[in-house]
Amino acid sequence: MLGLLHSLEIAVGATIVGLFIGICGAYGKLYGGPVVRDLLAVYTTVVRAVPELVLILLLYYAGTDLINQVLTAIGYQRVDISGLVAGIAVLGFCQGAYSTEVMRGAILAIPQGQIEAARAFGMSPGLLLRRITLPAMLPFAIPGLANLWLIATKDTALLAVVGFFELTLATRQAAGVTKAYLIFYLAAGVLYLAVTLFSNFLLGRAEKWARRGMPSVKEAR
Amino acid sequence: MAGEAAIINTAARASLWLQPHRIVLVLIALGLVLSAAYFMRWNWLPQYWEMGLMGIWRALWILAVTCALGFLIAVPVGLAQAAGSIWVAAPAKVFCTIIRGTPLLLQLWLLYYGLGSLFPQYPWIRDSWMWPYLRQAWPYGVLALTLSFAGYEGEVMRGAFAGVPKGQLEAARAFGMSRWKILRRIWLPQAFYRALPTLTGETVLQLKSTPLVATISVIDIFAVAGKVRQDTYLTYEPLLLLALIYMAITGILVLALSRIEARIPVKVG
Repeated sequence: MLGLLHSLEIAVGATIVGLFIGICGAYGKLYGGPVVRDLLAVYTTVVRAVPELVLILLLYYAGTDLINQVLTAIGYQRVDISGLVAGIAVLGFCQGAYSTEVMRGAILAIPQGQIEAARAFGMSPGLLLRRITLPAMLPFAIPGLANLWLIATKDTALLAVVGFFELTLATRQAAGVTKAYLIFYLAAGVLYLAVTLFSNFLLGRAEKWARRGMPSVKEAR
Repeated sequence: MAGEAAIINTAARASLWLQPHRIVLVLIALGLVLSAAYFMRWNWLPQYWEMGLMGIWRALWILAVTCALGFLIAVPVGLAQAAGSIWVAAPAKVFCTIIRGTPLLLQLWLLYYGLGSLFPQYPWIRDSWMWPYLRQAWPYGVLALTLSFAGYEGEVMRGAFAGVPKGQLEAARAFGMSRWKILRRIWLPQAFYRALPTLTGETVLQLKSTPLVATISVIDIFAVAGKVRQDTYLTYEPLLLLALIYMAITGILVLALSRIEARIPVKVG
């Protein structure tokens, strides 16, 4: 059960980090200068082309090592980065690339007039983002982001490979100790499935809430 | 004339792409690659490259087999959900939900460790002709990846089957085609065309999940990189090369699939 908690912690953390990167990335891709745009294109392409497992290994080891080297170079003590933080950062980095693309599409789906109207009102870019762009793109972004959340919960299982104690690794250890492999793996599967189904339900509600006042998809067809 | 215009066109596109900042970025990237080649240790490459090629070949083989088998399963699963009675649709739906709701790594370990630990208890399995296969790891890897691909693709095919306009099917029936013929000549091809762009994405996703089989001791390219890391105590070099290899494979795959996509008629339905 502690494993499940850890899994959920990482999934939530990674999704939040990913969302933040996604918003910044989408803004950079849409409104940034040419250099920023190219760099972001490289980032999203590379992250989406390389398997998550390889990225996790690379960032998990390289990232912690790099931070420690930088810290020692500046003259600080080496810090021991906990698996939780590293896991969140790594998965968040992967999620960021995907959510950048989702958000970019969602922002592009907003009727252009709304943003222009907000500009005409003299809103500052920050206010524009908070009041207009984010709420208006939410209905377009939620299906994609819901998928990302589900992927995030399942990607946490990959952290078992680098030895982080989450649900899959906990299951493996418990199964190894008790020799009841099938039962433990089935139980873990049921737990993952429960998380998925429960969040499906919640996300469906959230989508309905975000779409309120808009023509429903079925009528529009 | 036409050739001249084409040359001018590509030249214009090249100059459009080669803006000053891009040149600088490309130079920086080249510098990074060269410094990586120069400063990092690559002397392990000659020793392992044969094994690496073997690993790439095996990963591609697994990818091809699981995609083909998975698609074969996905068609009936999608069809059952789109058109079947509730007795066929419900199991198909449950199958898709379970596959899509649990991590692939867990499915893989469930099959390999869970089922794998169950089989030796029954003597008749040990005596049968299947035993030499069941003792190895790769059948479990192929099975898990196939089921996963079938689960995801079954959902896509459901949407594709449901998206074929009713008029097409009614017209086929009016021609007096049998149900099997309708499926073969009209329904399946049109659904396939609809699903093709998604299929490309799913295939790339499938490629990215092949390294998971390395965790159950199948030697693919990922496992080779792991072995290099263990043997030489190098952290980054094998992983960086591995990332590069996967990017190359993805690029080739996307290019090839988009070629196929471009060949099919655009106007469907």
